[in-house]
Amino acid sequence: MTAAVFFGCAFIAFGPALALYIFTIATEPLRVIFLIIGAFFWLVSLLFSSLFWFMARTITDNKDGPIQKYLLILGVLVSVLIQEMFRFMYYKLLKKASEGLKSINPDETAPSMRLLAYVSGLGFGIMSGVFAFVNTLSDSLGPGTVGIHGDSPQFFLNSAFMTLVIILLHVFWGIIFFDGCEKKKWSALLVVLLTHLLVSALTFISPHYGINLVSTYIIMVLMGIWAFFVAGGSCRSLKFCLLCQDKDFLLFNQRSR
Amino acid sequence: MIFPSRDFKVLSGFSSDLEARGVLCSPEPGTPQGRAMLTFMASDSEEEVCDERTSLMSAESPPPRCCQEARQGLEDGENAAQWRSQDSEEDLDDADRYVCSGVPGQPLGLEEELTLKYGAKHVIMLFVPVTLCMIVVVATIKSVRFYTEKNGQLIYTPFTEDTPSVGQRLLNSVLNTLIMISVIVAMTIFLVVLYKYRCYKFIHGWLIMSSLMLLFLFTYIYLGEVLKTYNVAMDYPTLFLTVWNFGAVGMVCIHWKGPLVLQQAYLIMISALMALVFIKYLPEWSAWVILGAISVYDLVAVLCPKGPLRMLVETAQERNEPIFPALIYSSAMVWTVGMAKLDPSSQGALQLPYDPEMEEDSYDSFGEPSYPEVFEPPLPGSPEGELEEEEERGVKLGLGDFIFYSVLVGKAAATGSGDWNTTLACFVAILIGLCLTLLLLAVFKKALPALPISITFGLIFYFSTDNLVRPFMDTLASHQLYI
Repeated sequence: MTAAVFFGCAFIAFGPALALYIFTIATEPLRVIFLIIGAFFWLVSLLFSSLFWFMARTITDNKDGPIQKYLLILGVLVSVLIQEMFRFMYYKLLKKASEGLKSINPDETAPSMRLLAYVSGLGFGIMSGVFAFVNTLSDSLGPGTVGIHGDSPQFFLNSAFMTLVIILLHVFWGIIFFDGCEKKKWSALLVVLLTHLLVSALTFISPHYGINLVSTYIIMVLMGIWAFFVAGGSCRSLKFCLLCQDKDFLLFNQRSR
Repeated sequence: MIFPSRDFKVLSGFSSDLEARGVLCSPEPGTPQGRAMLTFMASDSEEEVCDERTSLMSAESPPPRCCQEARQGLEDGENAAQWRSQDSEEDLDDADRYVCSGVPGQPLGLEEELTLKYGAKHVIMLFVPVTLCMIVVVATIKSVRFYTEKNGQLIYTPFTEDTPSVGQRLLNSVLNTLIMISVIVAMTIFLVVLYKYRCYKFIHGWLIMSSLMLLFLFTYIYLGEVLKTYNVAMDYPTLFLTVWNFGAVGMVCIHWKGPLVLQQAYLIMISALMALVFIKYLPEWSAWVILGAISVYDLVAVLCPKGPLRMLVETAQERNEPIFPALIYSSAMVWTVGMAKLDPSSQGALQLPYDPEMEEDSYDSFGEPSYPEVFEPPLPGSPEGELEEEEERGVKLGLGDFIFYSVLVGKAAATGSGDWNTTLACFVAILIGLCLTLLLLAVFKKALPALPISITFGLIFYFSTDNLVRPFMDTLASHQLYI
């Protein structure tokens, strides 16, 4: 297809993540490291999910037919479970690492758990988005006509928007998840898991992009608002931020950014 | 091989430098290398000589030392060895590049804290060049068809993989690996012997010839292929000018003095070139087995007390000699934060004494390097506290590590499926391995092999992603499901 499609879809899908990376993560080496470790954890979770699916397929002897579809759906659901499990494991690892860093370097301020929640969420999101979309992107540079067999011609655009929403969702899920773990609010973890399952299940109705995308975006906005309040934001701080009065506000409240 | 600049202990062996010091190849007529060189010319397999050379150069691991020691070593060296007159600029360069850890006898707690404090920064300082090298290699592999075409094999991997049966192919690749590894081991031992008997001129000459070949010949071939791919015409005068400038500046930067960033860029480029050559000329299965075997060898050579690399390092340390800088990527950087008063005594490290023999080579401009590269940090509470400089301790990584990381990622990118997921998975795996190695480095504070962990992760992730994850993700993508 055209270069316009390639660049357009690439920036739709990865633009916000790239901006988040450049402005919040690239400046601090420790955050970059935690981001990459987060990406690694997601990768390992994907490995286990693929292993499960592969074994399930070998058990059913690779027969064609509806059973493959069911296996795929099962694979997707199990994969979501494994991803959340690995998110929990990453939380445990970060907790241990934080304590270790604190004991060795008492004066040096280790990154707070909230920051690590954000970084880990972004790591998961970037890796997830990249794995989902990069092959499609590289195909979009080659020759072809989209939708020539009756599929939707908006394939690339839809995939790009879906990737974007998945990345942002992972960020919000990370924040909510870690906060839930910190405060031992297991309901938060359950909600994260359920919304993740819901989002994945929504993609099963894939040709109907409208419902699929719109509902996923609604879920993302809801998660975003929840994550905002969980991370310590409030309506007041939002108002001050938008009116560019936040410096005084923060100084007044003696909170560090 | 990876080691901190401020480590006082013996650097045990540059295992990774061993493998792919392909940077430095030089034809030596009348020696096996010379024959290899002739064969090389005939069969168009360029890095045979480099392989041999590589092994030889592996032994040169820089013992970590303080500036003063380095300077002293230089002085001793200048008095002792004649070869300094030609190559002392390298040693001065070397000393310049050593980021001194500062004063020996600092309280250990402070050292430890400082190491950990600077740990994350050093990891990133190594992530960036490794990533850049991999990006160059993957971009070339994906676009220039030349490096994925099969055009013969090296003399070191004589067994072909075009066999009908799987068992035969496996056997051939294992035999290829055995031959390659034994060549490398032989070269290492040869290098140790050379170094022990102080044949410095030989080694230096070889280094220079090798980097000449890499910077000129390989660059010319690479440029030719890239121009062919993009169908861009370039006339010979322009080509000559470009390649000449690139190569000459590269030689100056790598072997003599130059801005650190430019030197790092050149080292990255020659590592990428070498990795591309390996990717082209190593057959499929042999490449993977060789990668595995090299990591094992790396581990053994660096950590075992009887390893040739370790002996080499100990010899180097006994003689208090610095290591050839052309084989190591140094991430050291120094920044000055407002110098209130230049204390001449603390600047002493930069003012390296002249050797009268040097003058005959008209290297007069040595006295002060054009940029302050190394400082001794002020003692805490010392009167030099006004000198508000801050020294950044660097970590050094052997070029062989760069080359083999890039070979792994490049091979992952070159496999016929055209899958980007495999490439990315290997990339992340290698970075994580490097992270773990640096963590171990911070804990153990001695030189460590940088290949084993990263290559192991890379191999695991390559094979598992290629065989397990790829079908899963492809099926998901075809049904437009998202996990």
